[in-house]
Amino acid sequence: MKILVPVKRVIDYNVKARVKADKTGVDLANVKMSMNPFDEIAIEEAIRKKEAGQAEEIIAVSIGPAQAQETLRTALAMGADRAILIQTDELVEPLAVAKLLKAVVDAEQPRLVILGKQAIDDDSNQTGQMLAALLGWPQGTFASIVKVTDGGIEVTREVDGGLETVALTLPAIVTTDLRLNEPRYASLPNIMKAKKKQLDVKTAADYGVDISPRLKTLKVEEPPKRAGGIKVKTVAELIEKLKTEAGVI
Amino acid sequence: MTALVLAEHDNKELKPATLNAVTAASQLGGGVHVLVAGSGARAVAEAAAQIAGVSVVLLADDPSYENRLAENVAPLIVSLAGDYDAIVAPTTTSGKNILPRVAAQLDVAQISDVMKIESADTFVRPIYAGNALATVQSTDSKKVMTVRGTGFPAAAATGGSAEIRTVAAAANPGNSRFVGADLAKSDRPELTAAKIIVSGGRGMGSSQAFSIIESLADKLGAAVGASRAAVDAGFISNDHQVGQTGKIVAPQLYIAVGISGAIQHLAGMKDSKVIVAINKDEEAPIFQIADYGLVADLFQAVPELEKAL
Repeated sequence: MKILVPVKRVIDYNVKARVKADKTGVDLANVKMSMNPFDEIAIEEAIRKKEAGQAEEIIAVSIGPAQAQETLRTALAMGADRAILIQTDELVEPLAVAKLLKAVVDAEQPRLVILGKQAIDDDSNQTGQMLAALLGWPQGTFASIVKVTDGGIEVTREVDGGLETVALTLPAIVTTDLRLNEPRYASLPNIMKAKKKQLDVKTAADYGVDISPRLKTLKVEEPPKRAGGIKVKTVAELIEKLKTEAGVI
Repeated sequence: MTALVLAEHDNKELKPATLNAVTAASQLGGGVHVLVAGSGARAVAEAAAQIAGVSVVLLADDPSYENRLAENVAPLIVSLAGDYDAIVAPTTTSGKNILPRVAAQLDVAQISDVMKIESADTFVRPIYAGNALATVQSTDSKKVMTVRGTGFPAAAATGGSAEIRTVAAAANPGNSRFVGADLAKSDRPELTAAKIIVSGGRGMGSSQAFSIIESLADKLGAAVGASRAAVDAGFISNDHQVGQTGKIVAPQLYIAVGISGAIQHLAGMKDSKVIVAINKDEEAPIFQIADYGLVADLFQAVPELEKAL
């Protein structure tokens, strides 16, 4: 089985996003960028499936600027076999990403696509479900366990009330939640080896997909700040404040 | 302009998240219909018909909707979408699972987790874990959106008298099957609807220690929350997680115990009315947003707090 794993280059999860003064977006100049954490989990899951003899090839794909090649090299260093960059400097919305990924799926014919459940920049949580819809495939979203079975896969999902398990026929889509696995660090020899792995650079036009946006961002602002509070010295003082000042108990 | 709201339910009860979504849908400026897709779910449709401001409830009652698998429910919504200008679902795991599938089939860019509606085509939504708010205008003729419960007051659950219409099930693609669920059973209020939440973090140290959080929560009639660190460490199950990728809450009172305050956690609770932080590390970032901070050993302070209430 071939597994496709889309990965996105985003602001590092430890960096606090700052809004630009002109309110056109978030300032990403000189900010540390990394692979979206949920996508690292997706790559790790694909590698584990390969290590278990359940997959033969892992293809990482990214849609983004030239620097997204670094993100793909990270995926290759972790254990992906080859990579595709669909290079664009435009912001590509989830629907257009899903259309591009569908074109990649049509060309590469994977049996499983594992995606992060959301990217930590736009927090949309849409791409996997949209790709599943465009392909007519079943989806196991917010996965905490993915088991390959005789006829397909069984996915345990993190849902509001707890956990839920679904059985899906293959080909299928999986999106990862936090507890699916703990991604490995790439070792130095593997980082060196990754430099020699195949990385093809394409454009959206190569796939004949229109990526023009449907949403216009009118402005991006900072949320209202909470006024700083006070420190209380004792539990008794805390209760007193909650009763009289805040009136919440 | 009419909006269709996807009801959140478990075939027996209508979930409160539906009420917030109805309010959001009504702010789009037209009529509001509610879709109940379920199995043996007539009682849910009857409850939905009572919601103030809802004029029509569509009931699709079919075994294939028993567990609201996205593969089955999305084609149903798509089959009904022609009559509607907007499709709205609450930002729950079910809404997040189903709605993008609908949007893609309709060739519409979904707007996720809307927290404010400026007009019928302009919406405010959080990005970067809520560290920025984007105002976006949709150019699609149909709007498909999930809405954040804390951004919209609940519509009145009674007072309405909507007409219930039965709609036919859509074709079931048969590529997914529900195997089972392991759902937490609790007498405590639901996290997203609770007035008070007591949350524990990494500082709790063990799942046994979480009992002091639960005990305080019971005294206050509160829900129990947790940070990602506490869930990852196995102290408590995933359905308690508050944060960017967990549940978004805004109770009257949020008591954060042994939680340092990572941005991902703050994203899920910083709209709470009053925030209390109890942590022995006085440098913990949680104190920067807490209204009342208590620098103390939680293992002494929490039982003392419970006793004194």
